[in-house]
Order: sequence, then C-alpha cells, then structure tokens
Amino acid sequence: MKKLLLASTALAFSAGMASAEVKMGVLLGFTGPIEAITPMMADGAELAFREISDSGLFLGGETITPVRADSTCVDSSAAQAAAERLISSDGVVAIMGADCSGVTMAILQNVAMSAGVPMISPSATSPAFTTVDSNGLFFRTAPSDARQGEVLAGIVKERGFSEVAVTYTNNDYGLGFANAFEESFTALGGTITSKVAHEEARGDYSAEVGQLAAAGGEALVILGYIDGGGSMLRTAYELGAFERFFIGDGMFGDELIASVGDGIEGTIGTIPWADGEGADLFHAMAEEAGFQGQSSYTRESYDAAALLALAAQAAGAATPAGIAANILNVANAPGEEILPGDLARGLQILADGGEINYMGATNVTLVGPGEAAGFYREYVIENGEFVTVQFH
Amino acid sequence: MEPLNALVSVSNFMLVPALAYGSQLALGALGITLIFSILRFAHFAHGDTMALGTAAVIGGTWFLQAQGVSIAPLPTALLAIPFGVLVLGLYLLAADRFVYRYYRKVKAKPMIFVMASLGVMFVTNGITRLFMGVGETRFEDGQRFVFTVREFRDWTGLAEGMALRSAQAITIVTALVVMVALFWFLNRTRAGKSMRAYSDNEDLALLSGINPERVVFITWVITAILLVLAGTLYGLDKGFRPFNYFQLLLPMFAAAILGGLGSPLGAIVGAYVVAFAEMGITFAWRRVFGYLMPEGLEPSSMMQLLPVDYKFAVTFAILVIVLLFRPTGIFKGKVL
Repeated sequence: MKKLLLASTALAFSAGMASAEVKMGVLLGFTGPIEAITPMMADGAELAFREISDSGLFLGGETITPVRADSTCVDSSAAQAAAERLISSDGVVAIMGADCSGVTMAILQNVAMSAGVPMISPSATSPAFTTVDSNGLFFRTAPSDARQGEVLAGIVKERGFSEVAVTYTNNDYGLGFANAFEESFTALGGTITSKVAHEEARGDYSAEVGQLAAAGGEALVILGYIDGGGSMLRTAYELGAFERFFIGDGMFGDELIASVGDGIEGTIGTIPWADGEGADLFHAMAEEAGFQGQSSYTRESYDAAALLALAAQAAGAATPAGIAANILNVANAPGEEILPGDLARGLQILADGGEINYMGATNVTLVGPGEAAGFYREYVIENGEFVTVQFH
Repeated sequence: MEPLNALVSVSNFMLVPALAYGSQLALGALGITLIFSILRFAHFAHGDTMALGTAAVIGGTWFLQAQGVSIAPLPTALLAIPFGVLVLGLYLLAADRFVYRYYRKVKAKPMIFVMASLGVMFVTNGITRLFMGVGETRFEDGQRFVFTVREFRDWTGLAEGMALRSAQAITIVTALVVMVALFWFLNRTRAGKSMRAYSDNEDLALLSGINPERVVFITWVITAILLVLAGTLYGLDKGFRPFNYFQLLLPMFAAAILGGLGSPLGAIVGAYVVAFAEMGITFAWRRVFGYLMPEGLEPSSMMQLLPVDYKFAVTFAILVIVLLFRPTGIFKGKVL
C-alpha cells in the first residue's frame, strides 16, 4: 500500500512536471498615456510565448503562460504593486516589460532587483539604464535615447534649423531624451532657445506654449507621448508659435495624426525601426495572428519575450538566475542566426548544446546589460501618412 | 507698431485663453455660491457633477451626429445642452432627495453636509467614468476657428498673430448672457426674490409663506443649468477628461471664496481674478517686453514669475491669502 502510494505520487509528480507551465510576466501600461500601443505590444510578446509553447521543445515540453499586469506608464507605486503581484502571487520567473522609463526604473530598483527577477523592456529608452547597476538583471531591446537624441539632432541640423525650442514630457524618458538631444544639438553648433517640460493629461497647454514662444526658435522639438505631446503640437500650431515640428519615438502612432489635425503636416520624426528579413517575417506573422505588427515597439516586444524563453532554454531550467545569466549569450554572436517564426529551431539547437545568435524582428544586438544597439527610421508626415525618408 | 505687436502677442497667449477659462470658472463658481447661500453648505461634488452633465451632453451630441443633425458652423453639442440639463437636473434632485434632504431635516452641521457631498462626489465620479472612461473625449465639431493666426497676420500685416477659436468665442458670449439672465432672475422674478429672501433669513422667509422645498428645487435646477453650460464650454474648449473636471473644484472654490461666498457678482469677479492670476503669473513676458522696451534693452531672461507647473499653487495661494486676511472676500460674502 505504501509502495503504491509512493509510486502514484511519483507518477503524479512526473506527470505534473511533463506538462508544467512556466509563467512569464507581461508588464505594460494597459491604461495611461501609451494605452494606444500597449495592446499590440502585449500581442507581440504573447505571439513569441505561444510559438515557444506550441513547438513542444521548450525545456522538454513545458509551456509558457503569459500573465499580464498594468504598469500604468506613469504611476510608480501602482506599477511596483503590479510587479510585486506578478512575482510573489503569480510566480513569474521573468518579466517582459516594463514600458515607460520612469516606472521601469522604479520596478527594477524596488522590486525586480530585490526579488532577483530579470526584466527585458521593449521600450524603456532612457539613457539612465545604460549606467544603472542592475546586477545583470535588466536588459532592453529598444535602443537608448542617447542614441536617438544624436540621430534626431543630426536630422534637425541637416534640415537647416540651428535654433530650436524643446519640450519634453515630465518624466525620466522625456528628460533623458531632452538632455541627450540638447547635448548632441549643441555639439553640432545648434542653439536650444528654451527647454520646457509639459505634463500629460492637462486640459490646456497655452501657458507652456506661451513660454516656448517667448523664447522663440525656428522649430519645436517635442519629446513626449501622443497625449500631451500631441496637444502641445496642436496648441503651438494653432497659436502660431511654431510652424515646424520634430518629434521623438513616443509620438509615433495613427492617433497622433487623427488628434492633431492640419498642424501635423510636414512634421519629421524618428522611431526605432527594423527592416529586412526579420521584420518582414514578423509583420507577416502578426498579420496572420490578427494584429498590427508595425505598431510602435511591437517588434521589440516579440524579441524581448523570445529572448527570455531562449535564455531559459539555454539555462536548462526556467529559473530567474538562469535566465538572467543567459540572455546575452543567446542574443549575440557567435551562433546560428534565429529569425522570428524560427524559434523552434533555436530551442532545438540550444537543447543540443549549440549556440544561437538571436536576430529577431529588430536585428537584436545587446551591448551588455541595459543597452541595445539601435537602428532608426526617419519619417515625415505627408497627407496624413508616415512616409519614410531614410534609415539611420 | 511695436506696442500693437505686444498687445496682440499677450492677447494670443494669455488674455484670450484666460478670458475663456475665467468665463468657464465663473459659471461654476456661481453654482457654488448659490448652493452655499441657499442650502448653506460647500458643494464638493461640483466638479464631478459638472463632468456628469457634460458626459450627458456628449452622449446627446453623438446621438444627434448619428441622426445627421448639425448646426455648423456652431458645434452640435450646443443643441444637446437641454438634454444634459435634464439628466443632471434629475440627478441633482435625486441626490437632494436621497442624501441632502435628510440632513436638512435633522438640521445637521455644515461639515456633515460637506462630507455628504464628498460622498456624492465619489459616486458621481464613478458613474461618469463608467460611461466615458478616464481618457480624453473630444466632441467639438463645426468650424474650429473664428479666425486663425495666419488669417490675422494677413489682415493686419503685423509680425505677431492671434487666434480666436470658436469654442472660446462661444464661451465668452454665453457666459455673459447667462450672467445677465441670472441677475435678472434673482432680482426681478418672484422665484428669484423668494430665493434671495430664503438665503437672507430662513425663518422670516418661512413666515412670509415661501415654500422651502420649492426654493431648494429651483436652486438645484439653476445649478444644473450653470454646471452643464460650464462643463460643455470647458469641454469644447479643452477636451473632456473627468479628472480635469475634478481638478476644477479648487479654482472654482477659490473664485467663489475670493469674491465672497453668497455673492453672485463676487463669484464672477473672483473667477476672472483667479484665471488671470493663474495665467499671468506663470506667463513668460519676455516676448511682450521685447516689443515694448527700446532697442537694445530687450530682456534676456524669460520674465516669468513662476514656472508653468505652479498654476495650481497660484490658486492655492490666493485661497490661503483670502482666508487669512479677508475671509469675507472682496464683496463681503458670508464667512465659511
């Protein structure tokens, strides 16, 4: 009897093991200023997790269950509570997220580092992450704004503007981006007439615009989100303070064109981009799954999710420490190049003890913890469409 | 030519927005003052009931738009205002029937009333978000501008331009009409006089046969009209977002207290003072002074007293200063 009991327990245990599920957090701002783009980002991440689960090769047949949580993008205490819940209550081994730089930094330093859980953010682009000491727990698939600031400054200067005003959304992302832009722009011989922060979700932006107008400038550079940044652009155009606008990656989205109207015409912006085989493959997969693959940071989300799973496979077990230790190995050369839709092959190679170089949808190359090499698309808005000018 | 440019610049960036904002605040502050003088409590649910009324107007606007009704170049929302007044009027009367009437009967202290209205505020707040969500809703249609900056520059040939949006023009005109109508009502009609009598001395009013429930009824109806108008005009001008309406509570109270609680004229003056103070103190005067000062003496700093982020601090400061030094307000209202 005792033997039987033991045997059945062992059987139940091993059966449990065989169909075990690994939980991964998808921590994005489903409410708040970037709620327009997060559903597609989450779809992108879950597409990767599903591909891994369906392959049947992940850690000998385990499956990944994504658990969504709301980072709110702006409210650090709510975001930390959400991360806390993911780790202690849902038991996730790693987090795909968070999104906005401010909440991501708060989660990293106050929750993830004390719990030892690795995070890969698809969209936290603040330069501050390059230097933060995260004990090797923080990675990102989106490049730093230090690089974007440099690219955008080059574009503005190249188009013949040497005196510009800058406004940024009042958080880590906006401030970091604005500082990076200012540094590069002044190094190129340009002048920043004034640098004014704006808040999200205000009713009236005429005071902020008035301040920028008082300082003058040939163009306005807006480094923010569609919500507040879009309102700034509309107000500045309608009050006749500025005619030409340059915008950062947070402002990219169809809602911008819909909400701003005429003033947006001729606006030039940058957005981390990828073209080539990996991006095309991903767009096709996204279309098949029924969501917009071209939306901001959707490719980066897929890559972040895929990297977490591949790192777990390389570690041989889905443990936070194992995943953290292997992310750089699977993301960079040497090894077999892996593209979207090809994750099963990557899993097989890793299971056989080989090495892979995950390229993904955005040609992922991670420059140590906290930093990714970047590639940007320069676009201009013509007749209500985003038209590519060139890549940087 | 140069002083003209200065005037146009300051109008474009400060005077016109402040005038529109002040008009919206005035309509709200009038409601606060009326409720305070007649029902004798500070109505904390003011901002959120304003949002609820506006939400009803937006619903009505969508319905009218779906029916193809339009009064272009004016925004369709103006047609939906009666519907919003009906919804909000019923809501406020229901709140009075189920919440405030009991406390009136037991002659509760004003603080109890305030707490009850705080409860109504939270409930209203939830109802509005349930229907409208927390995000921004824009419901302005029709012609957006009376004249744009570029048109103005072409007409006048000045270096500076100035824009007047339809929503701003409608706001200023409507506010004026409503204020005149309210004064006429309070001073010339029987119902208005009975309200003033009730506010002045409740016992004497009762003795002379004024029905208190009727006075309360009329007060809520007028409040509903003022709130829906203020909310709709604010929404047309700046977009509808429930949280921003809640935040209007502070400037509206500051306006009513500054003018003197219970004094309708005070509420209007207070509202414009608050609006111009908020905008003027955080305004960067450099461009304006650049036109006014002689050549070579243009200011190099921004000439800004406080950063834009401190807008609410200005209102708070006004409130604190008034309560400390002149608690009855400019027009000698009642003491809170």
